[in-house]
Amino acid sequence: MATKRVGDQKLVRRLLIGAVAIIALFLIAAPLLAILSYALAGGAGRYFESLLTEDTLHAVKLSVITALIAVPINTLFGIAAAWAIAKFDFPGRRFLTAIIELPYSISPIVAGVAYLFVFGAQGLFGPWLQANDIKIMFALPGIVLASLFVTAPFVARELIPLLEAQGREREEAGISLGASGFQTFWRISLPGMRWALLYGIILCNARVFGEFGAVSIVSGNVRGETNTLPLHVELLYQDHNSVGAFAAASVLMLIAVFTLVAKFLLERRGVRRHAEGT
Amino acid sequence: MKKLIVAAALATLAFAAPVKAEEPNSILNVSYDIARELYAEVNKAFIAKYKADTGKDLEVKQSHAGSSKQARAILEGLEADVVTFNQVTDVQILHDKGDLVAADWQTRLPNNASPYYSFPSFLVREGNPKGIKDWGDLVRDDVKVIFPNPKTSGNARYTYLAAWAYAKEAFQGDETKTRDFIKKLFANVPVFDTGGRGATTTFVERETGDVLITFEAETRAIAKEFGEDKFDLVTPPASLLAEFPVAVVDKVADKRGSRAIAEAYLKFLYSPEGQEIVAQFGNRVHEPSVVEKHKADFPEIKLVTVEDVFGGWQKVSKEHFASDGILDQLFVAR
Repeated sequence: MATKRVGDQKLVRRLLIGAVAIIALFLIAAPLLAILSYALAGGAGRYFESLLTEDTLHAVKLSVITALIAVPINTLFGIAAAWAIAKFDFPGRRFLTAIIELPYSISPIVAGVAYLFVFGAQGLFGPWLQANDIKIMFALPGIVLASLFVTAPFVARELIPLLEAQGREREEAGISLGASGFQTFWRISLPGMRWALLYGIILCNARVFGEFGAVSIVSGNVRGETNTLPLHVELLYQDHNSVGAFAAASVLMLIAVFTLVAKFLLERRGVRRHAEGT
Repeated sequence: MKKLIVAAALATLAFAAPVKAEEPNSILNVSYDIARELYAEVNKAFIAKYKADTGKDLEVKQSHAGSSKQARAILEGLEADVVTFNQVTDVQILHDKGDLVAADWQTRLPNNASPYYSFPSFLVREGNPKGIKDWGDLVRDDVKVIFPNPKTSGNARYTYLAAWAYAKEAFQGDETKTRDFIKKLFANVPVFDTGGRGATTTFVERETGDVLITFEAETRAIAKEFGEDKFDLVTPPASLLAEFPVAVVDKVADKRGSRAIAEAYLKFLYSPEGQEIVAQFGNRVHEPSVVEKHKADFPEIKLVTVEDVFGGWQKVSKEHFASDGILDQLFVAR
């Protein structure tokens, strides 16, 4: 084999790898380590003390509740959307894909403001909601709605290329052998997509925990009530409470590390290869 | 998975369900961004007092963010029983745009409904190497000044107005000279951050600039957090009064039936006990006994008001802060 390939030259290869490693180190690893060192600056005792304050614990709890609601809904939505887009032909298919991906390209703050215009007291449905004493903005439903918007594309985006690559032959075979629609989905489609699905769920979950902009608009920032973890970090930081802020931030970082490990394990399962190779 | 979804749906409903409180056992205080610790202490004391007076348990919830953002949230339905802000205009807008607060809110409580006050003051590096004592020093060629962008930060608007008030007096009302003074001041600011916290980072952690200008209470908090041996507080001879207005949000209080508690809460801020807590956080108060006690912490200063120098907030907003107002002209020309 005499064909030349990219990366054959050792020097170029080393330079490129070195550059990426240095950038990753300074742009990503160093700041994360700084969070830990700030959080532990006052000793482990102070770290846990600030982590275990009522408000920080509540912020963690609220973020978990939000994820428990938003992630399953967006998982179902993602499966349904990816299924429809990859397995069926219908007019407007590309358009639907574009709409699903919209939250990727819109600044989350726009989503928050948009919800305010719809559900806020001076918004479209605001007067009706107020008259019926239904609280959406500045309460859990608003936070969940904003999170749903921002994370809507995550699962679908992972599944669409996979389902498209898999084609429809297996489902068609199943149906011709007499399987019902649900059986086809449950027995054939779902097992085929499970790793990509898990991957999407993990990314979606990480984003729900991390979302700041959209939630910040609709939350109302009530301490111990509507303050999610990222909002709480900012609050503590504004308050000159560095240890508390970085301790809370370290929880977010742990979630990120967990995400990273899970992602790595799933990738070793060959999810990527299946999704892009075949 | 199905169970989870049902549970989730139920949880959403439970939270969305109508909350009718005949006798509320909680009130929500919506406040500005840097007052969290202060009101955490105030609330603790108030709850204890309320329990002693009435035998009832009470919870005071807190919400903190930039006060303009908070005002907007209340207009959009955030159910605040009381507001404790750092901008008069942010309370006024609750009346003007949503009729949530009665027109006479400023006269319902003493001192323009402002239980405590502060003013733009100076924080310099240890030993004050540049010898900064007064507003006039800020336009010297060898001095670099740090404060946030007055276009985005309420805090910096006070700094801008205080500098204007100083120059107006120093040049006996000569507006051209006053404008030149402000232009020179802006030219001495190497970087305009969007908010107070960003400016603090620039000054403290990036070690840029010779003097940071922010509320007196903030200069204390910063020195306390980052090391009192690294910074000196400098109180200029004169500055501009910054009020911290409070109000019961009438519409919410009447709807929730929380008016009595809300009013008691605000009155508590004026009581000797409340004033003592407020003073401990570096704010200046009116209660004579507390003023006497903290005399050493608060050097004397001559304070002018927005009413005296500028003819009121409405006029300032129109002439200085509107698009293409004086601030815009000077800020662009810097």
